[in-house]
Amino acid sequence: SFQEKEELIEEWQPEPLVPPVSKDHPALNYNIVSGPPTHKITVNGKECINFASFNFLGLLDNEKVKNAAQASLKKYGVGTCGPRGFYGTFDVHLELEERLAKFMRTEEAIIYSYGFATIASAIPAYSKRGDIVFVDEAACFAIQKGLQASRSNIKLFKHNDMTHLERLLKEQETEDQKNPRKARVTRRFIVVEGLYMNTGDICPLPELIKLKYKYKVRIFLEESLSFGVLGEHGRGITEHFGVNIDDIDLISANMENSLASIGGFCCGRSFVIDHQRLNSLKCFNTLVLVSVLFNLRLQKCKAGTRSEDCLFYLDVFQTLQEKCKRIHRALQGISGLKVVGESFSPALHLQLEESRGSRESDVKLLKRVVDYCMNNGIALTQARYLEKEEKCLPPPSIRVVITVEQTEQELDKAASLIKEAAQSLLN
Amino acid sequence: MANPSAVCNGHLHHQKQNNLLKSGTSKKNGITKGIKKNGVSNGSLSKKAFIEHFEQAPMYVAVLTFVGFGVGTIFGYLRDFMRAWGLEKRNVATEREQQKDFVPLYQDFENFYTRNLYMRIRDNWNRPICSVPGPQFDLMERVTDDYNWTFRFTGRTIKNVINMGSYNYLGFAETDADALKTVAKELQKYGTGICSTRQEMGNLDKHVELEKLVARFLGVEDAMVFGMGFATNSMNIPALVGKGCLILSDELNHTSLVLGARLSGATIRIFKHNNIQSLESLLRDAIIYGQPRSRRAWRKIIILVEGIYSMEGSIVRLPEIVSLKRKYKAYLYLDEAHSIGAVGATGRGVVEYFGMNPDDVDVLMGTFTKSFGAAGGYIAGKKDLVDFLRTHSHSAVYATSMCPPVAEQIIRAMKCLMGLDGTTQGLQRVQKLGKNTRYFRRRLHEMGFIIYGNDDSPVVPLLLFMPGKIGAFARRMLEKNIGVVVVGFPATPITESRARFCVSAAHTREMLDTVLNALDELGDFLQLKYSRYSKSAHPELYEETRFELED
Repeated sequence: SFQEKEELIEEWQPEPLVPPVSKDHPALNYNIVSGPPTHKITVNGKECINFASFNFLGLLDNEKVKNAAQASLKKYGVGTCGPRGFYGTFDVHLELEERLAKFMRTEEAIIYSYGFATIASAIPAYSKRGDIVFVDEAACFAIQKGLQASRSNIKLFKHNDMTHLERLLKEQETEDQKNPRKARVTRRFIVVEGLYMNTGDICPLPELIKLKYKYKVRIFLEESLSFGVLGEHGRGITEHFGVNIDDIDLISANMENSLASIGGFCCGRSFVIDHQRLNSLKCFNTLVLVSVLFNLRLQKCKAGTRSEDCLFYLDVFQTLQEKCKRIHRALQGISGLKVVGESFSPALHLQLEESRGSRESDVKLLKRVVDYCMNNGIALTQARYLEKEEKCLPPPSIRVVITVEQTEQELDKAASLIKEAAQSLLN
Repeated sequence: MANPSAVCNGHLHHQKQNNLLKSGTSKKNGITKGIKKNGVSNGSLSKKAFIEHFEQAPMYVAVLTFVGFGVGTIFGYLRDFMRAWGLEKRNVATEREQQKDFVPLYQDFENFYTRNLYMRIRDNWNRPICSVPGPQFDLMERVTDDYNWTFRFTGRTIKNVINMGSYNYLGFAETDADALKTVAKELQKYGTGICSTRQEMGNLDKHVELEKLVARFLGVEDAMVFGMGFATNSMNIPALVGKGCLILSDELNHTSLVLGARLSGATIRIFKHNNIQSLESLLRDAIIYGQPRSRRAWRKIIILVEGIYSMEGSIVRLPEIVSLKRKYKAYLYLDEAHSIGAVGATGRGVVEYFGMNPDDVDVLMGTFTKSFGAAGGYIAGKKDLVDFLRTHSHSAVYATSMCPPVAEQIIRAMKCLMGLDGTTQGLQRVQKLGKNTRYFRRRLHEMGFIIYGNDDSPVVPLLLFMPGKIGAFARRMLEKNIGVVVVGFPATPITESRARFCVSAAHTREMLDTVLNALDELGDFLQLKYSRYSKSAHPELYEETRFELED
């Protein structure tokens, strides 16, 4: 009745819009960086050597890059004021796509304006409700969101465990034989990362390709960390393993790590990439221009020439890998902390060997280690996760990032400082 | 209220008058006027008339539109048939030889519309330009040898095309060296990237400065900025609502809001566009009946609306929605992507336009891409809300933060708008935009085109209806050196294809006159002047901008 309805409306009390956040929530107070986050960084007023930004090739500070960006600022201004479809495509965007495709030796490339959005919109463009996706447990959050947006069936396999994956694929095959009509229209994908952000190791690409042809699944490779790091020319994990790039259906990467800019791209065969131009959700957005032009210069020299125009020489990838190996060795044997990641991976994790009971206490302990290092001139950070939202939450850890700009003394200093901190605080 | 079905072929249906009068609007010939009642509890009377137009097309136009689509579809089937039998060349890229026995990546039928209808007029979109997207730009000339399957650049550029398509409302997309001085300096100092997320090592002093400025500009306690406008919605709505919550979203909300709502896992219910009755009935039902199966009470109810809807040009009815939200204790999320900087006496968005208090809206969201000529988005509101987002937003934890030169561009644009740089340039821009908008819309009405939307919105959709005219309109305007944006299905309903103009403060009166003259000619040539209410009808409606309330 009307009276009862009015009463119900009166009585109903919603929850507060947001739950209150305690003042000492670990993620509430950000570190404030004054000045550019380059090799020497000023955090919270202290000058430190930067071991926390993913500036692998040191391009954040490069003069030539800045000059090119200034030139494009003068010509184009800052923003594009419109999505790709409505006069938001500039000639430099098209040139960048061409160069990326040429560099990666694929047919076509498409650029996005935001790194997180790249893989999160590429996956739902191909995989829809009813399709099946096999994804590694340690996949990063952007991939998880892409999968959630696609509404497909997700099957997780243990990190880098090819036997588990094969078992899942076999199970799927037997399912298919029961219902061949449905099987003929469900698409199947494997989504893996080249260099995993959460664990610092690489995926076994040659075995994946064998599985691909055996079970007829398509592979989507996410190369955010490995692009510009692995391989002789920096082309990523396909070059590292010497695999034919056409075997991978889609490679997606973000340009925010080694290329020190904003945005991401997807490359592959025209058959695959063209679909994204109309159907991808977040491609329809404005692209920041200033960072685009200097990317071109990058690509020019990455193609392998040793001209004056070049931003760096080809042996930069070698140098980076040597530095990674050096610090990996130096960080072994610290009591209380273990190193997680491959020896040539520039983004390592330091996890506690034994947990102190709860995640909170682990996080607090690691924070003390980080603070000790920051007070003594090495900027580190903890790897941050959204605890409630991740599918497989990695244990708390300290992120150590190696860049080409760090000298050997600095690497040694960092290693010894971490050893000191661990000894004094963890024992 | 957008309810065109009440008017049919110019006859006025009076039976709906009673309901409409109760809520304070009167409907006449498809033109809605809202008389503002004193429903806002802080005691202010807003005296502005709320004039929105959603005229329906004459019957013959609707019929011809369907015929046009029907013909296109028949030819589409014919072409597909010929392609399948090898009678016609296939221009689409195909699968690799080694992967021919894989499950096909695309279903053939999904792309029917793309292949057969969109392909024919594809040259009107994705037009590349090679200069700053200001009031005029340089277009690269593109030709196609095979009916739009591939394009080739001739190498020439078409100079000084008048830009009626970019979202450059306040004209901040400029390359004036003086104006960009600070941006160039910051670029030199900071470089172009950040390489880290907000919570790790990516929080620069520039971000802190920008956030304080945004909060001051909007008149709220605190704000948080993000790297990309679209992503702001899709990454923060899931942080604010989850399972067991209800989202009431407008029919015509943007994809980013829809995606954010879907990713959150909450239940979504849709109310008719800008229709307060529909929203109220949904709210009542939700509170009375609770969740669908368990009948438990909802945890939270959030209303998602936009300030200006980009395809319709209509402005949200904020005072009524705020009074509804107060009565039923729901939360309001306002997406001001197009309206921040573009409406309001000093450019502060729809909240200022209606003379309301920013505290009335729980979550104020907006983007910097449109009026500020940069990129990124923000969310502003009470300090609790922003603190929560700092710790729980997906973007803060996993996505890179905004890059410093872009932040500087926003800072300088905002300072200019607020008058902090010592000039009145900001205010002048806002007023110029208002003048340009009103002039443009008035002239288009006089000429007899059907225009949708509110009289004060700088987004002007001009209805074309028939699919054939979409291509013809855009191409002919380009021949006259004017760049327009046309939209059809699926962004708009299938029968309501339109051309959308975005008026900018940087357009001069001469540019607008050139465009209007071209539209006049083209309107006669293509028979686009469908409106039955041109010059002669009701001139007094446009003069009345003030209403004195009797009670």
